[in-house]
Amino acid sequence: MKNTIAERIQDFLKEFPPFDILKKEELLAISGQIRVLYVEKGEHVFKQDTLCHDEFYIVREGAVGLYRNTSNEEDLVDICDAGDLFGLRIMIIKKKYRMSAKADEESIVYAIPGQVFEPLIEQNIKVNKFVLSTFASHARHYYTETEKGNRIDNTISIEVAKDLSELRSITYRKKPLTCLSDDSVEVIAKKMTARNTSYAVVVNEDKYPVGIITDIDLRAKVLTGTYAIGSLASEIMTSPVITYAKKLTVAEAQIALIKHDVNHLCITKDGTRNSKLIGILSEHDLLVSFGNNPSVLIKEAKRVKKTQKLRYIRTQVKKLLKTYLDQDIPTPHLLHIISEINEALIIRVIELALDEMKTAPPVKFSFLVLGSQGRGEQLLLTDQDNAIVFEDVDDKDYKTTQNYFLELAYKITKGLHTIGFEYCPAEMMASNPRWCMSVSNWESQFKDWMIKPTEEGTLLSSIFFDFQCVFGDTVMVDKLSKVVFDGVNKSNRFLGMLGVSALQKPSPLGFFNRFLVEQNGEHKDSFDIKSRAMMVLIDAARILTLHHNVKSINNTLKRYEKLAELEPNNAAIFESCAKAFRVLIKFRTRQGLLHNDSGRFIDLNTLTKEDKLRLKRCFRPIRDIQEILRVRFQLKSLM
Amino acid sequence: MGFWFKKNKEEYPDFWKEYEKLFDRKSKKSTFKDVRFVAFDTETTGFDYDNDRILSIGAVGIKNKSIQVSDQIEVYLEQEIFKESTVEIHGIRKHGSLLKLSEKEALRLFIAYIEDAILIAHHANFDKKMVNKALQRNGLGVLKNKILDTAVLFKKTKHLVYHTNSPVHYSLDELCNDLKISKSDRHTASGDAYITAIAFLKIVSKLFRNKKIELKSLLR
Repeated sequence: MKNTIAERIQDFLKEFPPFDILKKEELLAISGQIRVLYVEKGEHVFKQDTLCHDEFYIVREGAVGLYRNTSNEEDLVDICDAGDLFGLRIMIIKKKYRMSAKADEESIVYAIPGQVFEPLIEQNIKVNKFVLSTFASHARHYYTETEKGNRIDNTISIEVAKDLSELRSITYRKKPLTCLSDDSVEVIAKKMTARNTSYAVVVNEDKYPVGIITDIDLRAKVLTGTYAIGSLASEIMTSPVITYAKKLTVAEAQIALIKHDVNHLCITKDGTRNSKLIGILSEHDLLVSFGNNPSVLIKEAKRVKKTQKLRYIRTQVKKLLKTYLDQDIPTPHLLHIISEINEALIIRVIELALDEMKTAPPVKFSFLVLGSQGRGEQLLLTDQDNAIVFEDVDDKDYKTTQNYFLELAYKITKGLHTIGFEYCPAEMMASNPRWCMSVSNWESQFKDWMIKPTEEGTLLSSIFFDFQCVFGDTVMVDKLSKVVFDGVNKSNRFLGMLGVSALQKPSPLGFFNRFLVEQNGEHKDSFDIKSRAMMVLIDAARILTLHHNVKSINNTLKRYEKLAELEPNNAAIFESCAKAFRVLIKFRTRQGLLHNDSGRFIDLNTLTKEDKLRLKRCFRPIRDIQEILRVRFQLKSLM
Repeated sequence: MGFWFKKNKEEYPDFWKEYEKLFDRKSKKSTFKDVRFVAFDTETTGFDYDNDRILSIGAVGIKNKSIQVSDQIEVYLEQEIFKESTVEIHGIRKHGSLLKLSEKEALRLFIAYIEDAILIAHHANFDKKMVNKALQRNGLGVLKNKILDTAVLFKKTKHLVYHTNSPVHYSLDELCNDLKISKSDRHTASGDAYITAIAFLKIVSKLFRNKKIELKSLLR
């Protein structure tokens, strides 16, 4: 039967997450089961400490305030406007309400029954993700509010988010390394080394697992001299093995490892020892799946055989990043860890690409990362900017050598793209012949930029000055940096040009101290945090350190630290710049995680008042540092 | 009309007997919290009780201050009488794509749906009479439900001072403006039924501000 009311409700819901990701029929089915509540100003939808209803709510009209009552106070935690959800988390964990929901003005609220929504959480991955992200985003709120009450809610929600993830089934390693019981220890150890694993499963003719040999067995039984290196697998293996069927959840796997005090679980066809071995699950795999341990992630990155797998690691990194932000880990530390992992990922991509090449590189080469990656400031995945430098060759061999590296670079950039690094729209990648050159050509390129600074030149060189060698020969790169720095010293004019470009960046605030937003284009009305705020700080740090001829510091924060040391009279300004940069980078990362993008464009409507104030506070140092540049390089005459 | 028009009760179809039976239990004690209300509206070919016909009925249930979207009915009726002039109001064409039922089938569904709920309509007298006329045309009795009129209830929310200058009849549009109700879907039976339901909830909370809602005083 036609249901016009449900259709109208659907028209409203489909504008808001998570309903926007549902199919029309699914949403119509939900809409047909909704209750429409009318609440007067001051009336409660639910009260704190009462048992939660089996429904959650979305505001249709009006505003509902969420309040936390402490002994005799009532604190406003959040206000929900049209389209905002509330009561969803608590409905899932089925506890007592931790807050009261009370209408701030007369409101119409849709109540969505849990029994129609909960199956969707299980069936629809996107809905599931949304639910998880609401857990996470509520945790985020807590940073702007330091009151204790929120902290309690925060930890609980994280626990629950973890619970949900522990229930998903774990991915085990297929094609485990196997050996037969009459193989010699020496052969097995060689196999383990070749495959870079810490185990070998001993199987019989039917491929049933009969025992396992791990690094520990080798150390304790062979290296101690108890068994000779020529002993048989059957003599030193640990037997029997612990077996499970393949549908194992993360939580079960964890318990199994602890219960049996082992590091490896064998996955067999029917879960018993008397069936075929199909995979292996190690403690290491489990830790990777948690994604909360950077060293495990780096270790995993080094082992991975396929680029697609690296992508998984990168998604785990994102999780790690979220946790770190929530734990308020200091920014420099955060930057360090994440860029270490990113570097490990890039190196692995290069190694895999090299494996794919038919021949070894004809000459030595280095792979450079540029821009934010080069500065070690890349928290979220943004564009890839990179270049290749190779050793000088004879003119007649130049073309073929360059072609070899271009092909390699093509594979690398493709691999990086698979992980999630977008291709650089300006083609500033090693696969572009302009950024894949011999050392001498690079040197003349830099000289060219410095002697005849054009606008394009300054833009490009500002990216290239922040390079870092992640793979290959470092001697060549050091030589190249020396040329660059010597050149800079001779050309004050070049620094001046760089300074001008830093001053010409659009300013963050307009008249009356209001945020300036983009006037047109795809990001109309959002605030460009990168070019309006961060770039100036980055550029200024680079120019001033170049001016002091400080080499080998690529990181913006470290550059400001060094500058404060070199110019004690301006130390206060440099320190405030560093502080502003730390805040901005965190801000951008949070925005990026929230909206699953680079975080560069911020929709100001989504910010709280405190957030806006905090942003504005960061803009003062920008003005100060621009003033320093202006005075130092007499830029007025150049502009 | 003479008594010989009155039908023998035995001749009513089963669903009508079921319906009447619901009202047998006298003075059933009920409170606002657990009584079922049904807000309904009819779209018609015009305002003449004898010559105009119902084109659609929309209704939605209300319980304990909330509208139950799952508890609803929306029927479109097959009618011989048709007026070009009202099409632009309700948008129901004679041979439109909507699934239409015979008047009798539509009434049967409506009666089975409303049961003994307290009915709510705006200018309820009109809708009540239209439905009753249709019921009688089909050899059935008249509506036995208690019926509330949002136009009357709304007037109660106004202070006496305003009564002199205010219109005698508040239209649904005026009601929407005054109560700040969005007017989307005006002039579809279901849309108007929904608006009436929202209006009812708003009026009730105005009438019983900070007081327990008394069903008795509402029905008075």
